[in-house]
Amino acid sequence: MPEILKLDNVSRRFGGLYALRDVTLGIDSGEILGLIGPNGAGKTTLVNVVTAVTPATSGRVAFAGEDITRVKSYQAARRGLSRTFQVVQPFPEMSALDNVAAAAAFSRPGTSLHAARDAAREHLAFVGLEGMAGQSAATLTLAMRKRLELAKALAMRPRLLFLDEVNAGLNTAEVERATGLIHQIAKSGVTIVMIEHLMKVVLNVCTRIAVLHNGALIANGAPRDVIKDSAVIEAYLGQQYARRHGHG
Amino acid sequence: MKRSDLILIVLVLCLAALPLAGGAYTLRLGTMAAMSCILALSWNVIGGFAGYPSFAAAAFFGLGAYTTGILLGYKVPLWLSLPIAAGLSFALAGLLGAVLLRLRGHYFAIASLALVEVLREIVNHATDLTGGGMGLNIPVTAGTDIMADARFFFYAMWLVLLVTTIAVIAVSSSRLGFGLSCIRQNEAASQMVGLNTTLYKSIAFGLSACFVGAAGGVYAAWVHYIDPTDVFDILYSVKPIVMALIGGLGSSLGVMIGALLYLVLEEVVWRNYIQFHSAVLGALIIALLLFLPHGLTSLRGGLLLRRLRGA
Ligand SMILES: Nc1ncnc2c1ncn2[C@@H]1O[C@H](COP(=O)(O)OP(=O)(O)OP(=O)(O)O)[C@@H](O)[C@H]1O
Ligand SMILES: [Mg+2]
Repeated sequence: MPEILKLDNVSRRFGGLYALRDVTLGIDSGEILGLIGPNGAGKTTLVNVVTAVTPATSGRVAFAGEDITRVKSYQAARRGLSRTFQVVQPFPEMSALDNVAAAAAFSRPGTSLHAARDAAREHLAFVGLEGMAGQSAATLTLAMRKRLELAKALAMRPRLLFLDEVNAGLNTAEVERATGLIHQIAKSGVTIVMIEHLMKVVLNVCTRIAVLHNGALIANGAPRDVIKDSAVIEAYLGQQYARRHGHG
Repeated sequence: MKRSDLILIVLVLCLAALPLAGGAYTLRLGTMAAMSCILALSWNVIGGFAGYPSFAAAAFFGLGAYTTGILLGYKVPLWLSLPIAAGLSFALAGLLGAVLLRLRGHYFAIASLALVEVLREIVNHATDLTGGGMGLNIPVTAGTDIMADARFFFYAMWLVLLVTTIAVIAVSSSRLGFGLSCIRQNEAASQMVGLNTTLYKSIAFGLSACFVGAAGGVYAAWVHYIDPTDVFDILYSVKPIVMALIGGLGSSLGVMIGALLYLVLEEVVWRNYIQFHSAVLGALIIALLLFLPHGLTSLRGGLLLRRLRGA
């Protein structure tokens, strides 16, 4: 499998704090990479660096063989990098349909608004929001807004899709539904990087796991190896286990 | 085309019948009204559509006035001077916009205000070209007959208004308008879906400047004499915002109605309370904004206030 994304010694500093520290990571075309780690580990920052929201302080990012370290967000988007936000980012006054149409229209400059709305209808149907097409995004429930976020990301026809905690705040049924969608998206040929705290989902979906801790990559490999890694258990999984079983 | 856009066009076309109704005074009022509508509709492109509260209108009004005045001095005909003034305003605004529009909320508002001061100072000091503080005399372009003169400049201003109206309607129903609406609602998300926000904002700023520049040009030719304090008057920046707020942000028809209503208010107050004109007008505007904070036609007034607070 060819490498679709390559981070080379990427660091991102906020003042004195290293949110990412010399991260070197490759992502193969077609895989579903789980990106895990405790709160503040730098997971969202990694997505922000790749999608040019907060550029890297040092290091290089290459996408499909081309250097994208210094491109702008909108250029990254047009190259086929798309993401959902951990805190959903809708266009609140617009209808669900126009939210998705915006993504379809602006990610490919030649697209007419009419064609974009047609495409948007399909993507809304895919995430099960066709009934909400005319509703303004602000009036949707959190679960629906998460799915809207996903429809927007898909409308950009991404080659690489980052999902930043799409399941946070959802109930069990909603998580199952979202997991089903992710499987389908992966099957359609989109490479996925998912940030996820629910280990059950990570193990169910991901073909590989990378672990961040204090901005550094501390593990990277097959799921069954990573969950047995002592550094990972110490930094993250132990903590999760303790939280789940109610003793701190 | 939306129904409100159709009403807007009809309203503007009706204005063209004004010369049938009255004398030189009415025409003077009509010309000022058309000018105010141009300024308010233009402001709405950057302030209402894109959500960037600009105070730069006076800068481009003055730029257009001086460009036209100087060109007329070199015997360039008015019909050519005006598009040049508009083009120059568009280009300058577009270029400056790429920088200024990185600022948000009140930072942008203050920077756009500073632009007025900067241009005024430049004109003040470029004495050879502009006459500096002494002002600039502009050769008479229309006839010498008062009525013919009034009619000519009314139609010149009206024509700029018509073009402005068609342009803002075209923008609001286009990809550009859609993108600006995205930017106003969530700029980060706009970039993330592939929208070149810098380009869109710069174009919006350019569009909000070019018709104002043309209006300044007509004004300069009309009054035959301009000086920096007159055409770089900050009221050219402030009044359109008040008009747009009265009418309700975003909707072009609302903004146009707001402009006309404001002018009626101003005229009535000016006639009846000439001694404390500004105070009464100020009080009325505050009352209007307090009781109709969202404008007459839409419910978006609060948004600008939120923006100004730096959201
Ligand atoms: N824009 C910013 N300015 C300053 N510090 C930041 C900024 N963004 C992130 N940080 C800091 O960088 C570190 C990594 O944050 P990041 O959001 O990447 O963590 P995360 O792994 O996504 O955590 P979570 O699981 O809570 O979402 C944190 O300490 C955070 O406070
Ligand atoms: Mg995060």
